[in-house]
Amino acid sequence: MSEATEASVRADVRAWLEANWDPELGLVAWRNRLIDSGWGVPSWPKAWFGRELPMALEMVVEEEMQRLGAVGVAKTGIRRLAAATLLVHGSDAQKERFLRRSLTGEDTWCQLFSEPGSGSDLAGAMTRAEFKGNRWVINGQKVWTTSAHHADWGLLLARTDWDKPKHQGLSYFVLDIHQPGVTVQPLRQMNGHASFNQVFFTDAEVPPENLVSEVGRGWAVATTTLMHERRGADGISRWGRASAGVGRVYDEERAETATVMEPYKWYPQRAGRVDLIVQRARETGAFEDPVVRQEIAKLLCLSKSAEWTARRARAAQMQGRPQGPEGSLGKLISSHVARAAARVHTLISGADAMLSGADGAMEGVIAEILVSVPAGSIAGGTDEIQRNIISERVLGMPKEPRTDNDRPFRDVPKNLVV
Amino acid sequence: MQFSFTAEQEEFRSVLRRFLEEKSPPTVVRRLMQTEAGWERRAWLGLNETLGLSAVHIPEAYGGQGFGPVELGIVLEEMGRALLCAPYFASTVLAATAILNAASEAQKRALLPDIASGETVATLAFTEPNGSWDAACVGTTATPGGGGFRLDGVKSFVPDGHTADLIVVLARRPGSAGEEGLSFFTVPADAAGLTRRALTVLDPTRKLARLEFHGVEATLLGEEGGAAAPFARTMVLAAVGLANEMVGGADKLRQSALDYANLRVQFGRSIASFQSMKHKQADMLVDVELAKSAAYAAASAAAEDDPALPALASLAKATASEAYLQTAIHTIQIHGGIGFTWDNDTHLWFKRAKSSEVFLGDATYHRELMMRAWNE
Repeated sequence: MSEATEASVRADVRAWLEANWDPELGLVAWRNRLIDSGWGVPSWPKAWFGRELPMALEMVVEEEMQRLGAVGVAKTGIRRLAAATLLVHGSDAQKERFLRRSLTGEDTWCQLFSEPGSGSDLAGAMTRAEFKGNRWVINGQKVWTTSAHHADWGLLLARTDWDKPKHQGLSYFVLDIHQPGVTVQPLRQMNGHASFNQVFFTDAEVPPENLVSEVGRGWAVATTTLMHERRGADGISRWGRASAGVGRVYDEERAETATVMEPYKWYPQRAGRVDLIVQRARETGAFEDPVVRQEIAKLLCLSKSAEWTARRARAAQMQGRPQGPEGSLGKLISSHVARAAARVHTLISGADAMLSGADGAMEGVIAEILVSVPAGSIAGGTDEIQRNIISERVLGMPKEPRTDNDRPFRDVPKNLVV
Repeated sequence: MQFSFTAEQEEFRSVLRRFLEEKSPPTVVRRLMQTEAGWERRAWLGLNETLGLSAVHIPEAYGGQGFGPVELGIVLEEMGRALLCAPYFASTVLAATAILNAASEAQKRALLPDIASGETVATLAFTEPNGSWDAACVGTTATPGGGGFRLDGVKSFVPDGHTADLIVVLARRPGSAGEEGLSFFTVPADAAGLTRRALTVLDPTRKLARLEFHGVEATLLGEEGGAAAPFARTMVLAAVGLANEMVGGADKLRQSALDYANLRVQFGRSIASFQSMKHKQADMLVDVELAKSAAYAAASAAAEDDPALPALASLAKATASEAYLQTAIHTIQIHGGIGFTWDNDTHLWFKRAKSSEVFLGDATYHRELMMRAWNE
């Protein structure tokens, strides 16, 4: 068979879509058809619903789908991370059981990694998994779990061995959320929303076939999940948009997107809403204030440079060239943009910056920016962790000497958790 | 807008980087910066014979290489990295661009080939002792008479003004004000009534001069009274060029700070293993990469004649100004005591960073220009 080229892929996917795309199908039925064709996840292995196309050609497929307005596989939420992780580390039975239903959107997932005592240091997880009789029994607590309240399955990182060094005592499980030993409680944030949850396990159970990879290999599996999470960190706005088309498949996709996106509804504010700055400054007259003008200009310099840095990274990726350092800076830069935007927004507000809700500027949107922005530099790897990653992986600087890696986890100092 | 360089452009950059590493190591920079001229004609001609650098963005019709602002940006970035001591910015960037923008066809054919080959070193004299970068503040007058013009006034901060062979001067019709009545003129270095003095500069790798004109006979370049628009276009391209030069210097400093941190041992370990150093290095990388993105975007916009170019040029200049100086300050700090010595090379780039921050207008000035352009 000849090598796939951009032209051949474009022609093939276009022909298939023209023959098969039907907006009157149900969402799951359409996605099953798409998955069977290999065009749903074209970069995946041929044995698992894919065509083994390189990244650049996957974008060609995406372009053709968009051109026709065809709905893709479910990419929203944690199910994307679950699918990517299981594809790499799952057993054939796990792939058989979970991949298709994640791609169709029938199954919803959440990620059970962070704990009250381990945020940046995820490998310090203390939720226990003990093998008793014929099953794993889980006890402990997770936090910052998006969508746990409507998830079917959780990606669980738990400690199976306290005598091994911290990274070697972890295992990775797929946990059924719908069971009596699991309690999900919403967690209210400083911006008033409750987009995350705390999840408590009291003798929750996981059957042995839901261990992913091997006992003690949990950290390697979690690393795969985290890698995909970081890669997709700037994708929320993209996958959060449902098509506006007419037809049953669109209606169902819109409903799915609305559910998944509900916890993320304040995320535009978290990113700082630079888009509102110039218009607001003109309306309030702040645009003519030389001091505020300079602050606005600094912000615009930063946000435009940030946008172009992301474009440079993407251009390198599209050409199949190794990314330069610009590819690893996005998360840290977006924190800078958001913080600067929050500051300039409130500068523009003047005394109104003391108000929120209906009395606040733009019906409270501006106040919501201020109280949402701190999340960006914490969630998904704090700014400090990002700086460690940049200095170690991009610049090749040595790691800080550690005291927690070469002794039994049992003996490592830990947070006091009540 | 183009967000990546072509394979040919990348190749050009790497050839240029090797060439400049060989021709302009810090030992050569230090030798030249201590001379009054600041550069050597033999080395300058060598630069142009080998790679045709002074011709890079001059069209082929005028003896140039016919490349665009993106290639010019690459050249400047690498020159900024090497801190090359040469009248490149004065002659190729400022003077040649002003001539391209303002001169008649016959004048371009007469003047540009020698600038392209490097035989003639030209400069652009526009700033005056008041230090304003705004054409409206030009006070030097050009009085018509005897079929020509006579210039009277003082120009200052003129790059390589004391060594250039040909000076392009921005002057105004007597009695005119603002952007009206501005014209470009050319004056040979040995013109009667012209006094030139090298200024004592902070950054000895880029010499500046003060030029006094007392009834100096000058040749009109382009249209009488029509220099405002071509001057503005020249400043825009110069800002793009300087931004690219600055990110080259900033990146060089960032790397030297990293290399030093990796070598230096304190408290029994490499100082590069301390988070205080790692985080600073990460922040420096962010600053430099953001400034590169802005400089590259502006060069790309210039190549495509994007209507947003004036705003983007100022954005790039403002961003590079802050990034370069901040990177230089961090680099001195990371070097510790050695960073404060004359023998360490960091101060050479630090001084260029400060001088470039101010030259053509500082970050505050360019942010205001950007906002005005944005407003339209």
